[in-house]
Parts: sequence; structure tokens; C-alpha cells
Amino acid sequence: MSAPETLLTTPLHALHQELGAEFGGFAGYDMPIRYKAGIMAEHLHCRASAALFDVSHMGQVLLKGPNVIEALERLVPGDIEALKVGRQRYTLFTNARGGIMDDLMVTRRESDLFVVVNAGCKTEDFAHLKAHMPPGTVAMLDDRALIALQGPKAIDVIGRMDSGIRTVPFMGACELTLGGIECWVSRSGYTGEDGVEISVPAEHAEALARHLLAQPEVMPAGLGARDSLRLEAGLCLYGSDIDQNTTPVEAGLTWTIGKRRKMEGGFIGAEPILDQLFTGPRKIRVGIRPEGKAPARAHTLIVDETSNEIGEITSGGFGPSVGGPIAMGYVTPDYANDGTAIGLVIRGKLHPARIAPLPFVPKGWK
Amino acid sequence: MSDVRYTKDHEWIRLEGGVGVVGITDYAQNALGDVVFVEVPEAGKALTAGGEAGVIESVKAASEIYSPVSGEVLEGNAGLDGDPALVNTSPTGEGWIFKVKLADPSEVEKLMTEAEYQAFVDGLD
Repeated sequence: MSAPETLLTTPLHALHQELGAEFGGFAGYDMPIRYKAGIMAEHLHCRASAALFDVSHMGQVLLKGPNVIEALERLVPGDIEALKVGRQRYTLFTNARGGIMDDLMVTRRESDLFVVVNAGCKTEDFAHLKAHMPPGTVAMLDDRALIALQGPKAIDVIGRMDSGIRTVPFMGACELTLGGIECWVSRSGYTGEDGVEISVPAEHAEALARHLLAQPEVMPAGLGARDSLRLEAGLCLYGSDIDQNTTPVEAGLTWTIGKRRKMEGGFIGAEPILDQLFTGPRKIRVGIRPEGKAPARAHTLIVDETSNEIGEITSGGFGPSVGGPIAMGYVTPDYANDGTAIGLVIRGKLHPARIAPLPFVPKGWK
Repeated sequence: MSDVRYTKDHEWIRLEGGVGVVGITDYAQNALGDVVFVEVPEAGKALTAGGEAGVIESVKAASEIYSPVSGEVLEGNAGLDGDPALVNTSPTGEGWIFKVKLADPSEVEKLMTEAEYQAFVDGLD
């Protein structure tokens, strides 16, 4: 099937076709959902070895100029000032009501901040940054691809090409030369495994991807496996688990609010968010394990023992490494403790489930 | 060779006496990907041709199974509870989904033959 003309493509599109990918539209891009091996095999391969993901649809932004740190701190609750050069932080764009506009990664480099935002939010994020950052400090890097190599063997693979990665800690970043190509590499990911995310000039992306795929440990994986991996790792998907109407406190992302930021505030939405730290949220994001075998998908109703609605699933499916159904969702605080019995209404039938700790799999990074 | 007929929703039905055995085609299982759960219809459930008969869940999504014919469910495939991947590995064999007692055996005549289904699938790619 060919993609509608309105879908954008990444610099690796032809390679995905050659690899036999099945495509689907995601955030306006024609993206590989799975390859011939299938989601299950791609997922398990990532947990056992190394999987390559094309995430070039995501937005890469450079913030450069005087006072960019100060200015960015007005948009996010993270402590950017305290970030050391060569270190990366997960943070959030918040709105005036304390809701989450997007989640993002910020890396402090020698003379700028390197930011990665979600594909589906990048136009709004860019406008938001343009509106609030000092003039001339925001640049969208749309001439670069982004390739993630994830799994316990990912660092071995990258280390053979440039040993510099070996001294970079998780959530660190540096410049590496991979197969003769200068890349910006961060040790991070969205799978719960160790690994890297490689920002590479678009014209060299295919050569780099081919070189990585030629390594014996590496297999391509699509967005299907990326989603099941991040769900097992308990990581939020923007637009499903977090959105404009959920706050960092409700989402269990209070840890992203810097200590100094909690004291000082000074970011959009600080008042409602910091208030909620004291008053407590109305709903809390939790992990959920259905007791049967039926997966509970997003928007499944969560009920208490007397069938009163207490929440809704926001992400759910089958966890290949868990070997059963898993989900995340929001419940009222009374039902948020691990082990609490709840009910899930799947196709009109009540299925028993329990609140479970996140992540569903042990983390693969140190 | 017994007579197997096909629907545009990619189910097959094989007649064994007055009983139809129903499953999904190889094309369908390949499109769905790894099957992780099958909700088979319970014995006694009344089915109408084209109506919902069950659900197949792959890692990615849930998809409905439609009944090719009207009738009453005789049994769902209990083997799929322990091994839902049978739908992938043996879609037209051990991975059958349910057996139905046909209300009107002539309904089968309206379904596609093997050759017609093959032509239909070829037209989709």
C-alpha cells in the first residue's frame, strides 16, 4: 500500500521499504510500524541485543545565545541551570493550567542547548519557543535525522566504532565519529534499555543506518516495538498518558521538577503545579496488570469493586517481555497503591486487575 | 479436498457436514502480526452473517472476527487460550476459531471460492 501524499517521510524511508517494513501514519509521517520479523521478535531482540529505530520524525531544536537557560526555565519545571555540560535531562513544557504541552529532552552543550521534542508537538513547540525565547536563539534542525540504537549490546556496537561512548554515563551526551560521520550522540532512549540516540546529518543517515544494521547484534525495529518497549518501561507516550489536561504531579513526574524550581517557581503553570504538590492530585498515573489474558487498550474504563468509575486506561497492550497484558492509566488516589484490586471493563465485560509498580521490567541501564 | 469459502473480512469457513469451522486466513494473520489473545464466542451464542463473533488481539491492536454465516456457535477453540499464536502458525488448521451450526447452508454459496478470494487479495496489494 502506498502512503497518502500528505504524509511526510524521513531520510531513511527508502531503506525501510528495502527492509520490507509495513508502514503507518504517525504524527504526519509515513513510519515503519514493523519489519518482517514482527513486533514481538523486534521487541525481544531489543531486550536481548540491539535494535535500530528511526525516530527522525521527532523535532531537534537548538537554543543558542545569551540567557537561553534562564529563558527556557520559564517554560519548563526542570533545573536547567544545574545541568552540567554534556548532560541531558528529561523535562516538560507546561501550560498556564499546569498541564503538559509536551515532554522533551534537553542537553547542555559547550555553547548551546540541544533539545528533542515529540513529532506530533514539534510545530506548536517551535512556536512556543519562538514566542518566549530571546529573538534569534531558536533554530529547528530539520536537516538532521535521529536514529536510536537500543538494547544491552548497543554500547558494544557503538563502542567498536568510537570508544568515546564507553565513558559517557546514561543521560550523558557527546560528539562521536561513527563510520566517518560526525554525530551528536546521547546515551538515552525510550525502551528501558541502555542505548543511544544519534543525531546525524540527513544526507549521511542512510549510510550510518546501513553500517549499524550490518553489525551482527543489530536488527531494525519499528514503532510497534517502540511502543510495547516503552510501555513495559513505564514511560509516558505524549498524547496518550500525558497531555494538556494532565499535570506533572498527576502523571507521577514530580521528580522532573527541580528542587530549586519547587522553591522558586518561575515557570508557566508553576502555581497550580506547586499547589498540587501540597493538596495532592485528583488522579494519579499507575501501572496496571490485568489478571486474565485479555489486553486492556487505551480508554478502557477502570472501576472499583462496586462498579463505580475510578479512572481510565491511557496505554495498554501486551508486554512481550512480561508475557502478558500490561497497561497504564489514571485512578483516583484511593486506588493508587500497588496491589489494589480494580476492575476493567473490556467490551462490556468486567475483568479483574491490580495496580502494579512501574516499570514492568527491570531497567537495563545504570 | 473439502469446500472452503472466504469472506472479504478474511475469514474462511470449511464445511464438515452441517457444521462450519471458521478461522482467519493466512493473509489476515500476517496483516495482524503476533496474536496474543483470542476472545472466542461461547457455545450457544447466536451469530448472524457478517456480525461480530469474537476478537483477535495482536501486540498492536484488537480486531473483530466476523461470522461468515448465520447460526449457533457449537464451540470456540479452547486451544487458543493457552496458545493464541496458533492463529499465526496454523491459521487454517489448529488455529481455527469457532465451529458453527449453520442456520441456512445456502449462505455459504454467496461466499468467495478459493480462486475468487485469491484474486480479491491480489487486488489489495
